[in-house]
Amino acid sequence: MQARIPVAVDAGYHVNSNTPSEEYLIPLKVVWTDKGALEGGEVVYPKASMEKYEFTEKPLSVFTGNFEIAANFMVGTRAAAGPGIAAGKLSYQACNRTTCFPPKSVEIAVPYQVD
Amino acid sequence: MFRPSVSVVLFSALALGSFFVGCSSSTRTVRAASIRPASDRKPAPDFALKDADGRTVHLSDYKGKVVLLDFWATWCGPCRMEIPWFIEMQRDKKDRGFEVLGVSMDDNGWEDVKPFLAEMKINYRVVIGNDQTAQIYGGVESLPTTFLIDRDGKIAVVYLGLTSKKDIQDGVEQLLQPASKVALNRVLVPAVSSGPK
Repeated sequence: MQARIPVAVDAGYHVNSNTPSEEYLIPLKVVWTDKGALEGGEVVYPKASMEKYEFTEKPLSVFTGNFEIAANFMVGTRAAAGPGIAAGKLSYQACNRTTCFPPKSVEIAVPYQVD
Repeated sequence: MFRPSVSVVLFSALALGSFFVGCSSSTRTVRAASIRPASDRKPAPDFALKDADGRTVHLSDYKGKVVLLDFWATWCGPCRMEIPWFIEMQRDKKDRGFEVLGVSMDDNGWEDVKPFLAEMKINYRVVIGNDQTAQIYGGVESLPTTFLIDRDGKIAVVYLGLTSKKDIQDGVEQLLQPASKVALNRVLVPAVSSGPK
């Protein structure tokens, strides 16, 4: 099954993609800290866009606007019936055309029900 | 037979949007701030931070000089654009009582910063900042944030975000002017009283 994580970036801002075009940039990344009864959790990031900013010579690989990150899970073979939550963190670093903000992490939670 | 049926729903949209909204109010434009009149300037808070050689640097060590205090980080593109300008200014204006002092806000500290100093051939002192340093300078929520500090140790202007090289240079030059020249530019006071005797 697939969980979809919606992300909204305000107009005028961007976050580096999961594969930034410069080594020094901090990528957007989802890391699972507790999958509960789920297994896997492979993260599928959307296609990044290449944007040119005044502060770079080359376009940067970024995410802007609204997008979704997908995570593919399986149910563990020993999973007990009942509810649970897979927990993780989304880390990112955002900028606009003149300013950058410190790296941040937000908690993400994927509630599920095993019948 | 175990036949799990799992529905996965994300609880809530992540907080990225609201985070950015929160930051929007501090977003700067490329139009630079102006140098404040001397009477409106506040003292630049002192600090004690280590440089790359492990020596303690106090801002107060720089009293009597014009200081460009640059809060930056290696992961910050706009900061990296400004740094070559600061290297040039340090080289060209050092003999006139000007110093650049970098405050890196990299979480990994010297591990990330030292290679960068070598790569960029940075010719001015850099220290590693922390939350407390940022706090005493008003939070420093975004980078780059650059303070120009006058010879009396007071903040003359704050540049938020990427600022034009010319604007920064003009600000530095204004602060480097001899005090008498600045006074003449700002206040025309008759040298000799013209009042009745």
